[in-house]
Amino acid sequence: MLTIEQAYWLIALFLAGAAILNLRAHRWSHAAFWGVLAVLIAGGKYVLAAHAAHHQFPAQLAGVGVIALAVLSPRMTRGQVSERDSAAREADALRLRHRLFGPALLIPLVTLLVALFGAYCVVGGVHLFAPYRMTLTGLALSCVVALIAALWVTRAKPAAGLAEGRRLLDTLGWAALLPLTLAALGGVFAATGVGTAVADVVRLAVPVNSALACVLAFGAGMVLFTVIMGNAFAAFPVLMAGVGIPLLIHLHGANPAILGAMGMVTGYCGTLFTPMAANFNIVPVALLELPGQNDVIRAQWKTGALLLVVNLTLMYFLVFRF
Amino acid sequence: MTALLHYLPLLGVLVVVIGFALRFNPVPVVVVAGIVSGLAAGKSIGDILALLGTSFVSERALLLFVLTLPAIGVLERAGLREHARNWIASLRSLTLPRLLIAYLGLRQILSMLGLTSVAGQAQTVRPLLAPMAEAAAEKRGRPLAPEERNAVRAFSAATDNIGLFFGEDVFIALGAVLLIQGFYAQHGIELHPLQIALWALPTAIAAFVIHAIRTLLFARRIRNVASGPAAPLEQQSRTANEQQNKLDTDQHG
Repeated sequence: MLTIEQAYWLIALFLAGAAILNLRAHRWSHAAFWGVLAVLIAGGKYVLAAHAAHHQFPAQLAGVGVIALAVLSPRMTRGQVSERDSAAREADALRLRHRLFGPALLIPLVTLLVALFGAYCVVGGVHLFAPYRMTLTGLALSCVVALIAALWVTRAKPAAGLAEGRRLLDTLGWAALLPLTLAALGGVFAATGVGTAVADVVRLAVPVNSALACVLAFGAGMVLFTVIMGNAFAAFPVLMAGVGIPLLIHLHGANPAILGAMGMVTGYCGTLFTPMAANFNIVPVALLELPGQNDVIRAQWKTGALLLVVNLTLMYFLVFRF
Repeated sequence: MTALLHYLPLLGVLVVVIGFALRFNPVPVVVVAGIVSGLAAGKSIGDILALLGTSFVSERALLLFVLTLPAIGVLERAGLREHARNWIASLRSLTLPRLLIAYLGLRQILSMLGLTSVAGQAQTVRPLLAPMAEAAAEKRGRPLAPEERNAVRAFSAATDNIGLFFGEDVFIALGAVLLIQGFYAQHGIELHPLQIALWALPTAIAAFVIHAIRTLLFARRIRNVASGPAAPLEQQSRTANEQQNKLDTDQHG
């Protein structure tokens, strides 16, 4: 049976390979960075199991690993790994043409097939895919299938998979790590009561008898909190418990379904504004080799702002009517 | 005094805001913010380390996208980006706004069906959408200046984000809708997922309309930007390629 845990092992293996290539090139910081990360990813299940059994030491060690990554991050300078020269790439492109698209499209295609039919794949009474996070397991499988197809189409040696993967990984550098680090910060914020404190600040500032003021405060709180946490999912329970349920639903009689759906979407608008949503706003800056850290946010914030206005207007006119 | 203690963990938020404003490397800023907010909440160093460690490893699914890199890298080595560019350049009627708006719509629909991992910044934007968008933009008859090229790339990344966010919220079986339903259930309000998903639709439509209009305006700006006379068609696509090759060598050579 294929599980998400095997996908994590695959990530760890890839990271370890990248660490070894960097070690050979005497790029010590990069080697250490990917090496530590590989150990954290591979040991994740063990750390969580030990923590659940109240053994704190492995979790504390993982915490030390996270701090080590943070210390190494500023040394992860970009763009030192050279690419194959562009004339050779252009020649291959003219020769292979549409065959190059095949393996690239296999990634979405295989992911899609697993997402749709994975639950029905049974061989000898055993399910081929574990139900937990099956789409993500499918994504990992599709990457392996696509790599094999890519090697076959381009007649490259298998070692090229690791070498080219490492080139892109080093291009990403610390940006690859930021989503994980931010998610960890979200966990810390939740455990230290940052959420309730923010909700209290919002409530202190609002004239509660005005339905409009409550809608605006809820919207502003969702956006602000999403910008800080980089994730609307983290903002939603806090703002709903602090403002949505007591003030909008109980005091002003808002429709919960509309408030929930449109409230969450308000947070999504906030995601477009914040470098904290690193996997959407910072990782592509590295992937596309853009010069400014906030270039993607600069391209999308106007859509977010306009949509925020439309969404809050719709919410105000719909939420008390149905 | 107790009120002050209640608000003290917000110091972690302050660290994040200051660190990002001063453009420090974000990773140490975030880790320091976690430690500050833990200390402010009166936790011991051991507890903070454990909290940091468990929160980090329990989110390791966020690193799955790196598995796409070996396959994409091998294809890039054999000219995937160059071919994507050449192909779009050969399709006369596929303009920049048509390409980006079609991608936006497709991404929204796929996300509404729950197929969020099908596309993405690593899977589709870097190897396919961005080079295609560059080629489509160059149909105006002049190669893109470096800052225009960056703007087109950034706008492609933005289009992927917007398509993902404002489709995902309509999907009923995972993610946002289930989180909303689960939250309400904990607070004694029972809702059907479909009721919630339905009310995310108006904003999803608004997102498509707003971003499609912005795409048209962006494409017009790229097309009309004042510059030297256009080269004859045949020569121009060659100069575009040469310029790109030169750019690549400059960046990596």
